[in-house]
Amino acid sequence: MTAQASATTTGTDVLDVAREQVLERGEALSYEQVLEVLRTGDDRLAELLALAHDVRMKYQGPTVEVEGIVSLKTGGCPEDCHFCSQSGQFTSPVRSVWLNIPELVRAAKQTAATGASEFCIVAAVRGPDEKLMEQMREGVAAIRAAVDINVAASLGMLTQEQVDELVEMGVHRYNHNLEAGRSFFPNVVTTHSWEERWETCEMVKASGMELCCGGLVGMGETLEQRAELAADLGRLEPHEVPLNFLNPRPGTPFGDLEPMETNDALRTIAAFRLALPRTILRYAGGRELTLGDLGTRDGLLGGINAVIVGNYLTTLGRDPKEDLSLLADLEMPIRALNETF
Amino acid sequence: MPFAGSGASAPLPDEAGTYCGACGGVLAEGDHARCARRLELEPPRYCGQCRRRMKVQVTPGAWTATCVEHGTVEHSTWS
Repeated sequence: MTAQASATTTGTDVLDVAREQVLERGEALSYEQVLEVLRTGDDRLAELLALAHDVRMKYQGPTVEVEGIVSLKTGGCPEDCHFCSQSGQFTSPVRSVWLNIPELVRAAKQTAATGASEFCIVAAVRGPDEKLMEQMREGVAAIRAAVDINVAASLGMLTQEQVDELVEMGVHRYNHNLEAGRSFFPNVVTTHSWEERWETCEMVKASGMELCCGGLVGMGETLEQRAELAADLGRLEPHEVPLNFLNPRPGTPFGDLEPMETNDALRTIAAFRLALPRTILRYAGGRELTLGDLGTRDGLLGGINAVIVGNYLTTLGRDPKEDLSLLADLEMPIRALNETF
Repeated sequence: MPFAGSGASAPLPDEAGTYCGACGGVLAEGDHARCARRLELEPPRYCGQCRRRMKVQVTPGAWTATCVEHGTVEHSTWS
């Protein structure tokens, strides 16, 4: 696609509009504008990434928030999220296992040793039962007593009472992804609705906890549906958006999909940054497969300002030394504990 | 590498054995090149000695895999 062909059909170049609207005035791109950005060609990619980086630097600064995540309860989930190897409904080789509290604290200590300010405890559940809440009470208290790190959680859909209790425990941020744009969601999950997810997100926001809410791309959604996710997130205004790239897992309904093209992933990062200029935009799962080393660097220079270090819930990530070395090379300091953007 | 469960002489679940750690198939049969690439980004799920599915726990800096017959192996992923 030529530069001329990738300009808007209305005669106004979308990147020029974004420069004035987002960078100068701080106003997020609309759904239609995000879609137009996603349709730009590879010939505009460098320009797009540079613009997204300028937006990130202006509204979020050069620091990068570093986080570690751990699975407290793995596998055996009753839900059918088609990308997830932890669903009990698929023939995935992932078996159910619980992490004990000493190991949880050890993982938090390891994470903190990298300079990370965030540690997220995740459970593969529809929503927490009393056994899980009891593990959380014990685990969060043990971490807070032993490690200087912010504790976040991701436990599925919550009741108001559970929201209140997590606040009381000292959980400062809660992750609950929309996963996909509303119109594509039924292709991804059938055991609960997009609206149920939205309700939990609204409760979390109202509670005083920070909301971490993102999704996955590369699941076969159209560009319109990808733009829809960005626009949905823009309306929700989470504190943080984790952006996952599908890592096709064996045995899941999406197991045979091809990983997303690197340039598409980078264009998506930049488009999401322009839709969410004041939000922490985090590299989450799948970047090793989709972007590799060079793409990871390009994304950090294209709107990303947060990373997950080390391993994920069931798959392995890069050695933190590689990520920390890259951040040093890029002169992007790690965000200190309790530092705000 | 710490090892527990079946004694020091027991074969490790992630050692090259008869079965592929990624798909559980017989290593001597078929092409496991894709499995080998997959194992660069995930722990083994099947015991190489007996192809039982293992209980695998991933943490930010390590993974452990437990075979009910051949024990547990812990592998650090941080240098």
